[in-house]
Amino acid sequence: MKLLKRCCQGTIIVVRLPDLISRFAELIFRCVALVMLILMCAPAQAQDNWEDSPLQQLSAELTSKKNDIKLRAIDQLAASESEHRARWLSALLEGELYVEKSTKRIVVAERQGKVFVLTNPDDGSDVGEAGRRDVAKLKINNAIRVKLRSILSTFDLQHPDAEKRLSSVSQLVGKIDSAAVPRIRELMATESDDRVVESMRLLVSIHDLSDGTDEQRQQALAYADGNLNNDLINALRTLSVSGETEQVRVLATDLVQQADVKRALYAKVETLFFGISLGSVLVVAAIGLAITFGVMGVINMAHGELIMLGAYTTYFVQQLLPNAIQYSLIIAIPAAFLVSGTVGILIERLVIRHLYGRPLETLLATFGISLMLQQSVRTFVSSQNIAVINPTWMSGSWVINPALSFTMNRLIIIGFCLVVFAALLLLFSRSGFGLQMRAVAQNRQMARAMGIRSSRIDALTFGLGSGIAGIAGVALSQLGNVGPNLGQNYIIDSFMVVVFGGVGNLWGTLVAGMTLGIANKIAEPWAGAVMAKILILVSIILFIQRKPRGLFPQRGRAVED
Amino acid sequence: MNYSSRPVSILDRWIVVAIILCLIAVPIMNQVLPSSHALHLGVFNVTQLGKFLCLALLALSVDLVWGYLGILSLGHGAFFALGGYAMGMYLMRQIGSRGVYGNPDLPDFMVFLNWQELPWFWTGMEHFPIAMIMVVLAPGLLAFLFGWFAFRSRVNGVYLSIITQAMTFALMLAFYRNEMGFGGNNGLTDFKDILGFSLQSDTTRIGLFLCSGIALLISYFICQKLTRSRAGRVAQAIRDAESRTRFIGFNVENYKLWLFTFSAMLAGIAGALYVPQAGIINPREMAPLGSIEIVIWVALGGRGTLYGPIIGALIVNYAKSWFTVAFPEFWIFALGALFVVSTLFLPRGITGLLQRRSDQ
Amino acid sequence: MSSSGQKRGHVEQSQAGRFLRRDRVFNFLIPDVVDRLDVSDPVLLYLEDVNVAFDGFKAINNLNFYVDSGELRCLIGANGAGKTTMMDIITGKTRPDSGTVRFGRNVDLLDLSESQIARAGIGRKFQKPTVFEKLSVFENLELAMADDKSVWNTLHCKLNSEQQDRIATVALTVGLPEQLGQLGGKLSHGQKQWLEIGMLLMQEPLLLLVDEPVAGMTHQEMDKTGELLLSLAGTHTVVVVEHDMEFVRSIANRVTVLHQGSVLAEGQMDDIAQNEEVRRVYLGE
Repeated sequence: MKLLKRCCQGTIIVVRLPDLISRFAELIFRCVALVMLILMCAPAQAQDNWEDSPLQQLSAELTSKKNDIKLRAIDQLAASESEHRARWLSALLEGELYVEKSTKRIVVAERQGKVFVLTNPDDGSDVGEAGRRDVAKLKINNAIRVKLRSILSTFDLQHPDAEKRLSSVSQLVGKIDSAAVPRIRELMATESDDRVVESMRLLVSIHDLSDGTDEQRQQALAYADGNLNNDLINALRTLSVSGETEQVRVLATDLVQQADVKRALYAKVETLFFGISLGSVLVVAAIGLAITFGVMGVINMAHGELIMLGAYTTYFVQQLLPNAIQYSLIIAIPAAFLVSGTVGILIERLVIRHLYGRPLETLLATFGISLMLQQSVRTFVSSQNIAVINPTWMSGSWVINPALSFTMNRLIIIGFCLVVFAALLLLFSRSGFGLQMRAVAQNRQMARAMGIRSSRIDALTFGLGSGIAGIAGVALSQLGNVGPNLGQNYIIDSFMVVVFGGVGNLWGTLVAGMTLGIANKIAEPWAGAVMAKILILVSIILFIQRKPRGLFPQRGRAVED
Repeated sequence: MNYSSRPVSILDRWIVVAIILCLIAVPIMNQVLPSSHALHLGVFNVTQLGKFLCLALLALSVDLVWGYLGILSLGHGAFFALGGYAMGMYLMRQIGSRGVYGNPDLPDFMVFLNWQELPWFWTGMEHFPIAMIMVVLAPGLLAFLFGWFAFRSRVNGVYLSIITQAMTFALMLAFYRNEMGFGGNNGLTDFKDILGFSLQSDTTRIGLFLCSGIALLISYFICQKLTRSRAGRVAQAIRDAESRTRFIGFNVENYKLWLFTFSAMLAGIAGALYVPQAGIINPREMAPLGSIEIVIWVALGGRGTLYGPIIGALIVNYAKSWFTVAFPEFWIFALGALFVVSTLFLPRGITGLLQRRSDQ
Repeated sequence: MSSSGQKRGHVEQSQAGRFLRRDRVFNFLIPDVVDRLDVSDPVLLYLEDVNVAFDGFKAINNLNFYVDSGELRCLIGANGAGKTTMMDIITGKTRPDSGTVRFGRNVDLLDLSESQIARAGIGRKFQKPTVFEKLSVFENLELAMADDKSVWNTLHCKLNSEQQDRIATVALTVGLPEQLGQLGGKLSHGQKQWLEIGMLLMQEPLLLLVDEPVAGMTHQEMDKTGELLLSLAGTHTVVVVEHDMEFVRSIANRVTVLHQGSVLAEGQMDDIAQNEEVRRVYLGE
């Protein structure tokens, strides 16, 4: 039965064949005509204004899937004289260049909601909208990205703004194409800004070391003498191995060695700087402790938490004044002093005063207070770290030379700590309050006999020590993380400073703090942060053998008793 | 005629009675009484009490140097932990090939670190006697060395306390490092058995509980004898007037050194008995805060009494285990408040309150 | 452990020097045995060319002081003259910047610690009575008792009857037989003074340094103290520092006057009383 059906179907086709053929032919003819019509119309469409842009045609190849074709298209774009080429290439770099699938025109497209808003790549004028599926992004890979950046930089070489020229040249250092170097040489002759000239010379010299003529190389070697730029030194290193003549290789090796020695020296200076930075913070953190211990004989285990409160005060000041971040620190300093100072006075009045003469019990009681303060912050604020913002005037660095730079925030904090120290020194030696504090520290009974109210001095001293801890907290908030455990991280170090430096003299705290900070930083790269800490702890224990009361102990007969 | 200055307290004797009663009653309450009985004690509670008895021994050791000698050691946790580590090393070696990596010689964490052989300080630790010697030798040696340097230089008072903090802090930092060979921050754990007895079985746990209690009793007697001897009076003299004691002819440094070392050994024994019951030893035991907590047990219980610290340790640790379940956030707060309250209002601890009542 | 009389510097220097000397073993390896005291010389205590300065202030200035064995010497002088400092030096509480301090012919006191000096036979009664407040009178005396003071011994020694008798006797001598069970801190000031004298007696020292023994005492007590000290002289050597001139007159044999850190005059009480300088500086016209 099936066979019969099949046969029937086949028969029908055979019978109708000529008819089908003619119909099919007609269809084909119609399609061809349509296509030809379209083709004839297409050029007509390209008569529209913006599609006249020469860059449109050059960019046609950007749609290719092959990277080398894309690179060629980019080269052509760059080489074109059009004033819009920078915009095109930037847009491509930023991933803003798209192709309209239907018309094959290149546009800048920005996604807004469900549609893309299209603009003319030449000047940004509005062109229309398109759905998501109507446009395709022109994709680039990393190699293309690098090339685009390099090309865009060269465009800025003649920018009217010197800063722009400088930044463009700096970006090209070490990355520039050999072909572009002659251009730089030309520009160097007519460049007016010294810094730009210097940067250009660096760029050219790096190139000349490996690829220049002999004369150019000699000039470059002369230039390299004493220069600490990293890329330059790397080029020298390569030259010391691969240079053509013995003389060149030897000279390059010498220069590299000299540079290495200098860099090692500067690295040491930098370590010293970090040590002083850490030391200055330790000094301010520990000095409050030294003062309270010296005057009252009390070790305040809650000292770390008072530092933490200062850091948190900074945070809250910044939260309260979100528009005045630049001034937040100026406000935070007295605020932190007041907050921590008040808490300190409260502690003294409520707890410490009742434990007078029992230093070990005071140590325990203040430890309990420290636990309570920590837990309060954890409960009422957050148990996570909080974000304290660095104002912009604290960021950046002071660059001495390519091998040595000092970050601004550390520099400012060092200065700040020294100012605080100096202020305390003045307070102690010149003010009436300072005199009373020293009297009570050296011989309490005698001071009282002379009419000094020692309990009031105690409260004020404790307040002062705590307030300074608060200020230290402000400084610390700018250097690292702030969380409820901030105090714990610094309390042991502060104790070490007090134990090492003694309590007889503020200078003791300064010397001890700086020494410990520097020692820590020197030991760190050599032994690791943990071992360094252990070593320092052990050395202090051994140091105590020689000087049980620290470097600058409190002197006088009364103290012995 | 008795011209002794020693305060007489009924607690002296009653604490011993109480402990002995515990040692008898608890195993009965666990093994003999059925679970439905109101007084039945689960194994968890037995082990908990066992651990707390070890902590009481630790408190006793601190009282010895603080209450009688006047040295506020804020680093006794280090000695406790060293004893614990010695026991832990023995227990680790007992695991043999039953560890995760199945290596008969090397503990799991060493296999994990790709070590090929046991470090030198682990040699012999598979033998119980050697391990037990190390339990007292390691903390004793540390205490001796530390004391040698500290006491000879006449460091005193708060300076000394801070230095003991620094000591335990440094030790903790060192033990946290994997390279030290003590398990890094995970410590030693996953113990299987001790002297052939499985650590999971009820009878072993009861046995450990009994050992802890007996160790506490024996130490209590020894400390009593010590503090009632003339040496004990010399210690108190040193505590109250160190200079004067020197001028009478006593070598103060020697007394401090030996008493401190002995106290460290007691702490080591406490640690060694604690670890099999806790199932783990890690550097957190050396944390500075832990050592300060011990002091609070002693202060709250009543320092300088020997029975006070035992009571203090039990009360505070039971309170802590209750708090951390009921109000975990609040525990640290409560601990801090405990410090303040006990130093301000209970200078002689809880037992001091009882003493005063009995005086009146 | 003897020196050859060379001047000694600071503790740190001598300690460092000790390690570098080739002719001796390290000190801590030498057993703690004080050389048998050589009292073949009549002089028991030598201080020669001793100098001490505290923060620039010269407390002791080229001091030369000798005490004969069995003597009862009185030491007088204005406040700040250096009397207590001198005692501090002898007992080891303070180290001199330079000078020699010898006990007998061959014991260099600068080499010894305070406890060693005490065990060598020098006992001191302090200006402020410092008894052990929390121990009973009996226990105070017991601790001071001349006995093996090592840790090992004190751990398991028991008082024998002879020692108990001695304590009872001394308690009687100082007038505290009823107070044996009382805490040291509960005694009156005068009683504390006596207890301290009692402790000094228990030590059985060869040399007694007594710093202001009669401060705050009544006349009867003063007499009693005077008698006690006089009875001790002969078998013991006693140096008494006092301000009370009447008391000094009652017991004194030889008197040394200290002024601004050095010896101003020395001799019999009468001669001293007549001495122009002494009168000008100290006694008054």
